[in-house]
Amino acid sequence: MIDPAQAGLRESATFDRATIAAIQRAAETGVYDIRGWGAKRAVPHFDDLLLLGASMSRYPLEGYRERCDTDVVLGDRHASNPLHLDIPITIAGMSFGALSAQAKEALGRGATEVGTSTTTGDGGMTPEERGQSKHLVYQYLPSRYGMNPDDLRAADAIEVVLGQGAKPGGGGMLLGQKISERVAGMRTLPAGIDQRSACRHPDWTGPDDLTIKILELREITDWQKPIYVKVGATRTYYDVKLAVAAGADVVVVDGMQGGTAATQEVFIEHVGIPTLAAIPQAVQALDELGLHRKVQLIVSGGIRTGADVAKAMALGADAVAIGTAALIALGDNHPRYADEYAAIGSAPGFYDDFQDGRDPAGITTQDPELAARLDPVEGGRRVANYLRVLTLEAQTLARACGKAHLRNLEPEDLVALTIEAAAMARVPLAGTSWIPGQGF
Amino acid sequence: MVALNGSSVQELMKVDLASTSVRELNAELHAPTARRYEVHNPRGAEAIAVGLRHAIEVEIHGPAGYYCAGMNMLADVVVHGSVGTGVAENMMSGSVRVRGDASQSAGATGHGGLLVVEGSASMRCGISMKGIDIVVGGDVGPMSAFMAQAGRLVVCGDAGDGLGDSIYEARLYVRGRVGSPGADCVEKEMRDEHVAELGQLLADAGLPHDPGEFRRFGSARRLYHFAAHNSAAY
Repeated sequence: MIDPAQAGLRESATFDRATIAAIQRAAETGVYDIRGWGAKRAVPHFDDLLLLGASMSRYPLEGYRERCDTDVVLGDRHASNPLHLDIPITIAGMSFGALSAQAKEALGRGATEVGTSTTTGDGGMTPEERGQSKHLVYQYLPSRYGMNPDDLRAADAIEVVLGQGAKPGGGGMLLGQKISERVAGMRTLPAGIDQRSACRHPDWTGPDDLTIKILELREITDWQKPIYVKVGATRTYYDVKLAVAAGADVVVVDGMQGGTAATQEVFIEHVGIPTLAAIPQAVQALDELGLHRKVQLIVSGGIRTGADVAKAMALGADAVAIGTAALIALGDNHPRYADEYAAIGSAPGFYDDFQDGRDPAGITTQDPELAARLDPVEGGRRVANYLRVLTLEAQTLARACGKAHLRNLEPEDLVALTIEAAAMARVPLAGTSWIPGQGF
Repeated sequence: MVALNGSSVQELMKVDLASTSVRELNAELHAPTARRYEVHNPRGAEAIAVGLRHAIEVEIHGPAGYYCAGMNMLADVVVHGSVGTGVAENMMSGSVRVRGDASQSAGATGHGGLLVVEGSASMRCGISMKGIDIVVGGDVGPMSAFMAQAGRLVVCGDAGDGLGDSIYEARLYVRGRVGSPGADCVEKEMRDEHVAELGQLLADAGLPHDPGEFRRFGSARRLYHFAAHNSAAY
């Protein structure tokens, strides 16, 4: 086989090899591509922002001597029992079904070890995750699979899910390979079918109805639990305003880089906006309502490092949530599985077929033998380690900016490397005072 | 689920929502000090008697708003009037009886128990039902039993368009006309076991219809797996 570059062959930018492969796959199978993960295309992101460390005009804090606190209270607007977390990095909603019971337990163990929350997903609450999670957020989804008022009362917060960044406007799916007897039983479905989740809630439509739905959830739980509303990032300014007007204590905004266990490729890559573009819209909405920092904002979608955490918080988030990164911490896409990835047509760094249940790392599977590969205790240790590193990194950067608490980071601490990022994040292009869209 | 303490409860408590808030009512019903409750002047308030989890009886005298008796467990609730959207939504057990009409999404996502609507129910009655039994004395609106997973829906009158669209394993019985069955919903044979279970449901609901007058609908199970040739069905 010749080397195309050496031979002077030219690849089409429009019809590149991935596009050609996708067309040929579609022609062969007649079915659209379904995969996991989030958007893989390059979009403006936190890497396009830089923090301005202190020098003459600002005092930094001593890295190993002066405190930089990290705690956050979520949901104290109406709930009598808000969440008090030690770090502002939470685990995003991921279902038992999409993930193995061992993975869910490991996430709970890791989160609990460092004093943060984890979240259920479509399909209900498992005893494993409730048992191992000090702070557990219960997702209230359109499908209501496994929805049980006893679990609602056992949760520490309730997250009304309107959408997620990977597929705003789309319902969930879980293919038959992962509908084991236990998963089917929890969801009241026949085992082995391709499960389709609804994209709209079955008993309310629009923000006025949501107001009443939130009232009902508060009444059922005696006004104890914080109520979150989660939206996929699209018309974020309006969605946040409406969610807050409906009574949300916390708004969760998930950008298009946010992950999924199974969604159409075309949906993942072409619907929604980048996390970077969504945060300023959400903060503007909260500011205009006079509720920024009173209704907390959790941001997710592409959080990988403490730098991402610090930048999201500087833009106005009260906390962040991680999903894909937490799975990677558990061992997803690890090179030790290279041969097994190759056997199913993938490779470390590329594996995204979470939908087919053959995950060599035992995370996105319901196969008992594969799932048994993941030790929940060891997995929990890895997740806790990773969360500690994120926190330490964010603290390092915050101290450099002279902040004694992560929440004190502010947009003034940021500049952008590109015009696109400057426009989306609404911070100046580095070395200038220019924020595109806001004049010179 | 907590059993009532037999020695310390009173037999009947009357609550007037003209002078008592829904919050106070629900707080009482969540830690009940009576076996039976009469609720007066509901005046269409939302979220009346939601989240009950004791074997108590609640009678609501007048119209109730959204989510009346939502997520009910064990309790028996009767509404002497009509109800708004989502009556008995996600009910787990017990019973809810509406002596008037019900708005949209009656019994939505219910996992168990019996919902009886003596009048008619609007759109999406029994949407995503997961084991609940619903008996409607009159008609149901369009898209009823949408994505219905389990349980039985009995319609003594007519059913609107899109009945049982994308249905899974729920069983639907209709005495009158069906506007149109939804995607993957088909009429099925009424076998002896269906006549028997329908007769029991009608008896439980207190409706004197002959099960032989009903037709049964359910899933053709053609959409249980994604396939290219199904694209026109969605």
